[in-house]
Amino acid sequence: MTDGKDLKHVNEDLRKLLARAAFGRGNFEDLFIVPVFAVVAALVLGAVIMLATGVDLPTIGQSFVALAVGSFGSLNAVSETLTAAIPLVLAGLGLGLGFRAGLFNIGAEGQLLLGGTAAVIITFTFPSLPFPVLMLLGLLTGALVGAAYASIAGILKATTGAHEVITTIMLNLISFRLLEYILRQPYIQREGRSDPISKSVPEAGQLPRLLDWFDPNLRLHAGVFVMLLAVVFVWWLLFRSKIGFAFRASGANPDAARYAGMRSGLVIVAAMATAGALAGLAGASQVQGVLGRASPGFSAQMGFDAIALALLGRSHPVGILFAGILFGGLEAGGRQMQVDAGVSIDLIGIIQALIIVFIAAPLLVRAIFPWGFRKETKGGKA
Amino acid sequence: MSAVTTDTSAEKIASAKARQARITGGILIGLSLLVLFLLDVAASEVATFKLSRPRDAWVLPDLVVPGAFNTIAAALLAFLGVRQFLRGGGRWTSLSLGIGIALVIMAFLVWATAGKSFSLTGMLQATMVRAVPIALGGLAGVLSERVAVINIAIEGMLLAGAFTGALMGSLLGGWGGLVMAVLVGGMFGMILAALVVTFRMDQIIAGVVINLFVLGLTSYVTSQVFAEHRYLNNAEIFRSWKIPILGDIPVLGPTLFNQNIFVYGALILVAVATYYLFHTKGGLRARAVGEHPRAADTLGVDVYFTRYLHVTMAGMVAGFGGAWFTLGSVGRFDENMTGGRGFIGLAAMIFGRWHPVGALSAALIFGFADSLQQKLALLNTPIPSEFLAMAPYIATIIVVAGLIGKARPPAADGKPYVKE
Repeated sequence: MTDGKDLKHVNEDLRKLLARAAFGRGNFEDLFIVPVFAVVAALVLGAVIMLATGVDLPTIGQSFVALAVGSFGSLNAVSETLTAAIPLVLAGLGLGLGFRAGLFNIGAEGQLLLGGTAAVIITFTFPSLPFPVLMLLGLLTGALVGAAYASIAGILKATTGAHEVITTIMLNLISFRLLEYILRQPYIQREGRSDPISKSVPEAGQLPRLLDWFDPNLRLHAGVFVMLLAVVFVWWLLFRSKIGFAFRASGANPDAARYAGMRSGLVIVAAMATAGALAGLAGASQVQGVLGRASPGFSAQMGFDAIALALLGRSHPVGILFAGILFGGLEAGGRQMQVDAGVSIDLIGIIQALIIVFIAAPLLVRAIFPWGFRKETKGGKA
Repeated sequence: MSAVTTDTSAEKIASAKARQARITGGILIGLSLLVLFLLDVAASEVATFKLSRPRDAWVLPDLVVPGAFNTIAAALLAFLGVRQFLRGGGRWTSLSLGIGIALVIMAFLVWATAGKSFSLTGMLQATMVRAVPIALGGLAGVLSERVAVINIAIEGMLLAGAFTGALMGSLLGGWGGLVMAVLVGGMFGMILAALVVTFRMDQIIAGVVINLFVLGLTSYVTSQVFAEHRYLNNAEIFRSWKIPILGDIPVLGPTLFNQNIFVYGALILVAVATYYLFHTKGGLRARAVGEHPRAADTLGVDVYFTRYLHVTMAGMVAGFGGAWFTLGSVGRFDENMTGGRGFIGLAAMIFGRWHPVGALSAALIFGFADSLQQKLALLNTPIPSEFLAMAPYIATIIVVAGLIGKARPPAADGKPYVKE
């Protein structure tokens, strides 16, 4: 029989193991317990809000069941979860990279939109190219356009010191209008339509469905490989490459980094460009894998969800991967919830916002859930 | 240790100023070319600007501007640009750029109106109206940033005020809705203060979170509740009150003295805030907290309480500003109807050097850009309406990057304060 002492040893060993496995700083609580509690607290508050808007208890129960079933209750649900996770993880990786470099890239939404649109345009411009070439061309173009758009903010910050939060938000708003304009141009607009919708991505340019042979309804597409590759790439970039070290150093202490010879302006532009490239890639993969065309607002707030994601994943590629799957699950489950229980999917947005609140304020979570945490020793980090 | 050469401070400042002057000069020359080639108007054409409406007490004749104006404007711009480039420096940089932009706008108006007529008074009135949410947002920003709390959540607070104004306005009537909007804005201000001061969350993340939360909540209630119960989203609008005599002054009268409560409120709040911040003890303490909280703390100022108080007040101001969207404009709440104006308000605050009056002036400029975009769409200019709609956002970027450069925020901006 294990008595209290042995259990404590097991606990300590587990903590040590996780502390070794977790790269970078952050103790066990920060990396694991706080996110879990944050999600739970957010879901509970979501239920409270549903109650407050007149949804009755049975329906609330139905909603949560639908949420669970819709996210991983069947093969279709898992496929939907992963499909939704792909662009979220990609954009989240970009944002996490930015956070590590000390930059708040709120402009992921705009970079996503423009990257996706660029991918559509280039693929229907060269429909004669064969399968892998056209698809890769689309993805590459999306990444490049996203990178270019983000570097506007990066260059502005590097040369004039303009705060990237405001510039990226403004660039977002500009990109919405730009997209409306682009979608009305005769070259891009679909023939015979008067609404702003683009021509379709030709078959050779699409990311192929993976589980088509099993069940034609399963939407999981090859973008999942892009996503996994991106996770590995960002991990390598951040933790094994020189430039990643420059990013992290500038993020931790910009003055020290500059003293050590790292060109801060170059770091800012490079970090923003890489973040933008990942966001653009997210847009391209969404357009080439799921939507098949561009229309106003096709990004559906993915850029903003990615902010929550990056925070939830502690700006670490693996964390972001798991957070992305969670958010993908919330989205797939949310759609199911809307269908089954009739609760608007906007609730998911509220839950995501609450998750960030609890993530970014560990003190808040500790105040609500005092159990589950070691007693804070004096001089703990704020 | 290897020698690390650094410029002396004086050299650094001089070279930075010179670089800024060159950038400004370049911009002015570029604008001059823009006016000369893109905005050219035949010398024979005239642009007619209507200065008063038929029903006004004093009717002014129309302002008729000959097409040659644009050529003169281009010449002036070129002159200013070359001067900046070669000599540059100091206050002339900002002044030249300001004059330059004013010239470009005037030239643009002349170009757009050539051969047609354009109601200048109507445009000024619209400018005032559209500047209100931006000015109030900027004022909210000033109030919180003066105590060194970055407030990205202004957008969310505006949206919350708009939503509450519509909902409570439908239930309790206009005044009730207004009061509730102010209170709800204050509540979100207090939440931001709590997250940032007590729970020491990163200020930018806290702001972004509040924005996301308010957007999600208001969109959720709109689609879940308002769609079925339309009576909850049908508030009465505050009409304009004309101040007698003053309201009859040509041009200025309709602009300043024949507006609704939100315009008057904005002007009054800016005046009150200026007086409070710069001429009272309370304001002095607040600014001390923003510049050097440790010093203020040792002198007995309660830093935490001051921050809570001012961020809550900022929230209340933003709630009032948000109510403009519904109670002062359309009476109905639509999802995400603030459209980024909270962030433009932040830009106005930066442009206005963290001073209430500065923020108001900047807001007027942005309001002008906003109403210009609408009027020009009516005038059928060759520029697509989507690009005109982008104008306020591009203006914001230019403001945040170009003109400002070395504007100084309160010294402790963005840093949490931990009492020892």
